[in-house]
Amino acid sequence: MSQTGALYKAEAVAGYADVPLEEKQRLFDEVKADMRFPDYIYGCYECGICVAVCPSARFYDFSPRRIAQAVAREDAELVYQQMQEDIWECSQCFSCLRCPRGNNPGGIITIMREVSINNGLASAREALEGYTRIIYKIMSTGTQVSPDMLQPDAFPDWGPEVKDVSDKLELWRRALPPETHHTTTTGWEVSDKTLVELYLIWHKTGALKMIEEVDEGLHMILEEVMEERLEEEGIEV
Amino acid sequence: MTIPVEALLKKKENKSRFDRDAELAAGDAKRRDFHEELFELEEKGEWIVQRVPEPYVEVPTKYGRMKKVPKQMMWHHKSCGQCGHIPGYSTSIFWVQRKLGVDYNDPTDQTSCTAWNYYASATSNAAAQAAVAGRNFAAAYETGYFPLIHCGTSYGHYKEVREELLLHGELRKEVREIMKTLGKPLVMPEEIVHYSEWFYAMKDEIAKHQVRDFSDIAVTVHPACHYYKLVEQDAIYDPDVYGGQRTAIVSGVATALGAEVRDYSTWFDCCGFGFRHILVQRDFTRSFATQRKIEKMKEEANPDVTLTHDTGCVTTLDKSQFAAQAHDRNVGVPVMSEAQFAALAMGAHPYKVCQLHWHSADYRPLLEKMGIDWRAAWAEFEAEVERLEKGEIDFLTWADVDA
Repeated sequence: MSQTGALYKAEAVAGYADVPLEEKQRLFDEVKADMRFPDYIYGCYECGICVAVCPSARFYDFSPRRIAQAVAREDAELVYQQMQEDIWECSQCFSCLRCPRGNNPGGIITIMREVSINNGLASAREALEGYTRIIYKIMSTGTQVSPDMLQPDAFPDWGPEVKDVSDKLELWRRALPPETHHTTTTGWEVSDKTLVELYLIWHKTGALKMIEEVDEGLHMILEEVMEERLEEEGIEV
Repeated sequence: MTIPVEALLKKKENKSRFDRDAELAAGDAKRRDFHEELFELEEKGEWIVQRVPEPYVEVPTKYGRMKKVPKQMMWHHKSCGQCGHIPGYSTSIFWVQRKLGVDYNDPTDQTSCTAWNYYASATSNAAAQAAVAGRNFAAAYETGYFPLIHCGTSYGHYKEVREELLLHGELRKEVREIMKTLGKPLVMPEEIVHYSEWFYAMKDEIAKHQVRDFSDIAVTVHPACHYYKLVEQDAIYDPDVYGGQRTAIVSGVATALGAEVRDYSTWFDCCGFGFRHILVQRDFTRSFATQRKIEKMKEEANPDVTLTHDTGCVTTLDKSQFAAQAHDRNVGVPVMSEAQFAALAMGAHPYKVCQLHWHSADYRPLLEKMGIDWRAAWAEFEAEVERLEKGEIDFLTWADVDA
């Protein structure tokens, strides 16, 4: 583990508990079992093109090449370390798709993140701290960000315009000509029927269940909101 | 050992230029045309392919395949970040289409693609993401209108989903079952079309409606990563723009409107959005956006404005500049989408339509250069807001914005 990492990460992450190799192998096997995995890694030339184009590599001790190499070599030990220390630095811009070997390091990271969430790894819990309101918003309303999120205390670095928007929000939303845009708590008006269908998708695909591993409280709230709505529609899940 | 400079230069001179046909002949998975498989699966009853409605324009893609972009019958798949935080973006898309007489549908039966959350938190999975896409595609299909995707990430992610569905029969089966419980068929559009592709396809028609002279306006372009890096073979590349070496998408529109497109060295770099970073780790976002993008543009091109074509890029490049000013960094470039830029060229109101008061970097000098009296325009907008406040009107309508 790098010293730099230890300085900036929470203790639970920087000093994450070691686990037996069998556990690391089990986690890596979960990564490999994802149906997308064989489409994302074909080996590595070690050319470093992915690092050269990677924004996160410029600012963090992070390298998409190391990720590609670790999974290509099936190094369960190193993959575990990366799942605890590295994967949340990735910007998911997919510049690394420039790989001449056809690898998709960003895609591998998406899978590694999913496995981290499903297994409640310390790094996943830390990465999602402060982010849970966004998960609540997207899963419960069907739109990711809403106008009323623009609060000066949440975005002090975005300039005084945020306060203007916040102060005049209701009026300025009504000053938008598209009829679907007059909302303040969602990006646009989403019909009730649409939301019910979305809730069914979260239930049936196990996406809602994923939240339980990283934030039990949020999971309970989401489950309650969704089940109440689905029951109103006479749908049992 | 001395380096054989002369020999190397000679070799370079003789090297033939990028040859699209030769590359196609070499062939690889990225360059295949997915349509054969798409229609085969339809014949087998696995899904319905929603055809691109006529009339359409054919535009060239990275490896030469011509892509159909419909001119009419648009089902607007809106962007949560655009509608929520930069609403002049989506309003401008609608306004330009109205001016061009496009028949469109602005649905409430639409969710976000949810990909911003997926790339930020991974609290979802391939089946859920494909089902969300499938639900929206089916909703569009039910209306008879064709999906036009506003967000670059939605567009990139939906192309990823299409690839996954094409490759994996078990995923198609799972999503088809979910669709069945929703009472919907599994639908895949013949083409996944981004709004900026519509603007590119219609650029000459848009230019015919131009009422403001942009020949003095210098722009830089930030091409959005999720537009042309994810499933790259679907992105528009035109041999007449950058010699086909970069996506032509925004540059083509700016040029058609008479603006000067200036180059800068970090055009390939992402904006720094980062999905989770823009929300909970903005030190990275601010640093990258200002140091690798805005400052480079200022130093190398000094544009009047930078244009881009995605939700996250407009947000990141625009909002990141305020904090950098406190550190006397060389920033201060207005940021907007090419939809807003085109709308301004066509005479749109900077506040009632383009809603520039939601932006952060100072756009007023740009408006002045465009010949727009922003003080008068702001007073007009304020007058409308007063009418709203007094209850004289409930909403600003399309008729109001062109009054």
